[in-house]
Amino acid sequence: MHAVIIDTLSKVYGKDKIVAVDRVSLEVKKGELFGLIGPDGAGKTSIFRILTTLLLPSSGSARVDGYDVVKDYKSIRSRVGYMPGRFSLYQDLSVEENLTFFANLFNTSLKENYKLIEAIYVQLEPFKNRKAGKLSGGMKQKLALCCALIHQPSVLFLDEPTTGVDAVSRKEFWDMLKRLKEEGITIMVSTPYMDEAKRCDRIALIQSGKLLSVDTPAQVTAAYSKKLFSAKADNMIRLLYALRASAHVSSCYAFGETHHFHFQEQGSSIDLLNELKQAGLEQIEIENITPGIEDCFIDLMLEKTK
Amino acid sequence: MRTLIVLLQKEFRQIFRNKAILPLIFVMPTVQLLILPLAADYEIKNIKLAVIDQDHSPYSAKLISKITGSGYFQLTHFGNSYPQGFKTIETEKADLVLNIPLGFEKNLIREQQNSLFIAINAINGVKAGLGGSYLAKIIQEFNMEINLDWTRVIQNGTEQKIETLNSAWYNPGMNYNFFMVPGILAALVTMMGTYMTSVNIVKEKEVGTIEQINVTPVNKMYFILAKLIPFWVIGMFVFSVGLGIIANLVYGISSQGSLFLLYLFLGIYLVAILGLGLLVSTYSETQQQAMSITFFFVMIFMLMSGLFTPIDSMPSWARAISYLSPLTYFIEVMRMIVLKGSGFDDLQYQFFVILLFAVLMNTWAILNYRKTN
Repeated sequence: MHAVIIDTLSKVYGKDKIVAVDRVSLEVKKGELFGLIGPDGAGKTSIFRILTTLLLPSSGSARVDGYDVVKDYKSIRSRVGYMPGRFSLYQDLSVEENLTFFANLFNTSLKENYKLIEAIYVQLEPFKNRKAGKLSGGMKQKLALCCALIHQPSVLFLDEPTTGVDAVSRKEFWDMLKRLKEEGITIMVSTPYMDEAKRCDRIALIQSGKLLSVDTPAQVTAAYSKKLFSAKADNMIRLLYALRASAHVSSCYAFGETHHFHFQEQGSSIDLLNELKQAGLEQIEIENITPGIEDCFIDLMLEKTK
Repeated sequence: MRTLIVLLQKEFRQIFRNKAILPLIFVMPTVQLLILPLAADYEIKNIKLAVIDQDHSPYSAKLISKITGSGYFQLTHFGNSYPQGFKTIETEKADLVLNIPLGFEKNLIREQQNSLFIAINAINGVKAGLGGSYLAKIIQEFNMEINLDWTRVIQNGTEQKIETLNSAWYNPGMNYNFFMVPGILAALVTMMGTYMTSVNIVKEKEVGTIEQINVTPVNKMYFILAKLIPFWVIGMFVFSVGLGIIANLVYGISSQGSLFLLYLFLGIYLVAILGLGLLVSTYSETQQQAMSITFFFVMIFMLMSGLFTPIDSMPSWARAISYLSPLTYFIEVMRMIVLKGSGFDDLQYQFFVILLFAVLMNTWAILNYRKTN
């Protein structure tokens, strides 16, 4: 049984026919923690808004918990939880007022579903009389999660929940999601941070509205067929230009503190090293590395554009 | 129903927590009702007058003393050269220049006629127009008096004169406030109603909270109702404060007609006005847009609804616009009930029109609300 089924879903905006979502098909299993990974503007939010019945699809269909997002939107609304990318609770209401308000709208109460949110709410409780607008970023995010959970949804949609949150809070947040998953809630989460992909059961890589790959994070990296190398030198910018100019290198991109690149089929590392030395670079380190999700993403993206 | 109560609770909580709106609800009607009627008084006094008397005769002296004795004019210049007198208009020392030519008395007696010259500074049109007509009226009276003097001398008979006596109905003291205060109160309720509803709903859009509401199973009608009801109540409250406290205690205005009828009309009127606010909110994305659009409407309502200037004196195309403004009907009803004590029979037309407004505005707003969401 699948919690979310998306079938050739497309969304086209406005008169200029901007395609935000391009024939996307994927399935999310019940109880799965599913990640939608892609850069800004990839179409993640559009997909989330269609699944939460806030937006009508241009073509294709989608089902959440067995209900059609267009025809049965009312049934979906009472069984999904949605946390939008932007904090959108009432800033002038207190933490407790926000929670009771949303609980009441779903015909339930804070007491009834306290168990589900308890682990998160205990951290908020000291501030329960504080206005939501006066909370810190991490606290706001926890409150938003509580409000999305207060009616015991069967599917939880989290649109970029960790964007703009510090590293510690991000880790905490993913731990919380893990606990919620153990409660049997299906979670669909989107994020632009590739390093978070590892924490999902399965991920979908998305770029310009198109799916690049849907698989477990391990499978996605395993599917990476080429050998990947990283390079370091005293002058990183000149190194990048030198690598890109070299006949031994097929592709090269900056990756944090190092540059990642592939060799041409006949490329040799010794020749390349000599070439770089001749170019005046020093302290050159070249290493064979295992690719991460981001490398896979860049590779798939480049392949698509070719 | 439970949902509606939950939503209403939240709305009232937010309104009473808003540090800008709450004082506004009390302060705005009080201050505006106290200040605006003073500013909107049409009676013009202290018109600055320059007199050029080239005649220096008993008649000219008599005319001048009659003019200055009327109370409307303030003699700021007295001389005998017209160019010099005209300078006073240029330097803003006088609004009017009255020129009494040489031989004024002589010609009046000999030829039974003469002309006077009045120059008016028309930069302030109202002041100039009224000042000119006051002066003309005084001169006419003067003319009649001297005519009577002569006829008495010649015929030695009884005085013959047609005199008009005015009796001011519904406002015996011709108190300007009686006319203005109910109108201003009506305009105030309109302003607050449209501004607050449109801005409040758009705020949810702008901040994004409407998204969070939209993913809940809340019925849209309940959401809209929960937005409108608080402002309906506030509108009723503001009106009551304005009518019961300011109009009654400060200006001594008490309604001649049925208060029930007045509130019945207000109730329907508020639904129409809040519908307009809702409509504006469906067409705007930000609070700033909503404010600007409402400002546009309120401005037209204020100036076109017969609050300051009578609708009857407008050109017919402008009158058509006036009748499209719901405020026109409310001001009419306010004045008719409060000053004249009119009953439902006299107000059927206004009731019908405002009911039509209410239905129209809200239907349009709800249809558009559905479309945009």
